[in-house]
Amino acid sequence: MTETIKHHLNDAVLMAYSAGTLPEAFNLMVASHLSLCDTCRAQAESFDALGGEVLEQMHEADAVALRPECLEATLALIAGGPVTTPKEEASQCAVLPKPLRDYVGGDLEAIRWKPIGMGVKQAILPTSKDASARLLFIPAGTAMPDHGHEGTEMTMVLKGAFQDEDDYFARGDVEIADSDMHHTPVADIHEDCICLAVADAPLRFDSLIPKIAQRFLRI
Amino acid sequence: MDALEQKQSFFDPPVQLQRNLFMLAGVESEIQTTNVMKVTCAVPARPQRTMKARQEQVSVNTSPARLLWVEHVNRIRDHKDTQAFAELFDHFAPRVKGFLIKSGADPSLAEECSQDVMAALWHKAHQFDPTRASVATWIFTIARNRKIDLLRRQRRPEPEDLTWGPEEEPDQTDVLTLQQETEILGAALAKLPPAQRELIEKAYFGDLTHSEIAAETGLPLGTIKSRIRLALERLRHAMK
Repeated sequence: MTETIKHHLNDAVLMAYSAGTLPEAFNLMVASHLSLCDTCRAQAESFDALGGEVLEQMHEADAVALRPECLEATLALIAGGPVTTPKEEASQCAVLPKPLRDYVGGDLEAIRWKPIGMGVKQAILPTSKDASARLLFIPAGTAMPDHGHEGTEMTMVLKGAFQDEDDYFARGDVEIADSDMHHTPVADIHEDCICLAVADAPLRFDSLIPKIAQRFLRI
Repeated sequence: MDALEQKQSFFDPPVQLQRNLFMLAGVESEIQTTNVMKVTCAVPARPQRTMKARQEQVSVNTSPARLLWVEHVNRIRDHKDTQAFAELFDHFAPRVKGFLIKSGADPSLAEECSQDVMAALWHKAHQFDPTRASVATWIFTIARNRKIDLLRRQRRPEPEDLTWGPEEEPDQTDVLTLQQETEILGAALAKLPPAQRELIEKAYFGDLTHSEIAAETGLPLGTIKSRIRLALERLRHAMK
């Protein structure tokens, strides 16, 4: 499955994910993509390796000694036992990768859709305010509502497929658009499409109704 | 030396080794100095060594420090070895504390937090996969996640686990190769021109936003990526 992904995350985003400097919504996008894509997972772990080396080679002056009693304190902390987090078993047949299931509270059936017109639905996910994350449901053959955004927007297909002016995107594929890109993705005619979309600045669907045009793909 | 060479040949995927030796040539002198140091502390006799003894022998000729840290984590996992933990703590806790301070934590929070990170290392020792990461890499990821938790008060979504954990008895050649690739990456980082190196440090210490991060590092990430990729494929295969 993982080899079918053609549109990957770029190195800048993977490095920022590794460094831990992305907004939460983008972390969610990256974690979801890595769950489906070994190519990017390996690249992300390579950036982790770089982070490990940066830590290892930290200048003497930047490493800060702990008070001498800290080792004993840490051993005491260890003796107190681990902070356990419940381990969820991987679900092979879920449509949503685990990071998304954690935000939704389950798989597709748990998504609380809100209609936004012309059969398109969305569910905004709770992330920090510096960026937004939402799931989008686009009926087969329907165009995504035209929308403006100021920063970077990434859209990953979870189910079905969509096509924009240049390319075809199937499960796991990510489209990265910046502010000067004006694009109109259209869901594949064969199946309803579910996507994860994240954006730097909140997406605004402007004057929704006039701009929605039903467009059909390859017919 | 004969005995060592024999042990070495046990692992010997000749092409791989030659390439690594070639690539390591530039840092040979540093490695040798470390060897002298590590030989003395890597040899304290502990009983019941089979795979691990071999691993240490190899480490004398290749990447001693990194393999030694792997060994330390294994000792924590298998024997709850507080001496091994103390040595890891001495080396890594000040680095983690420095990392957190540079990322914006005040010193007392950074100190508390680096103790949490080191405690997590103890508790998660069984999850450490030396075919996918060096100990420094692993500690970096734990520290980074704590940073996001504490300083930014955000959740850190993590990718789905491939399986419940690393293989029980990972192939020692895979461990060796990954640790070597990390060594090569580290040597390359050390040799970067100061300006470029500083940029990378800034990226990891959180001084750059993601749009400012230049992803082209000029570092040999491709080789380590292909090792990690292989390890991932093996895990996926094991899961089926």
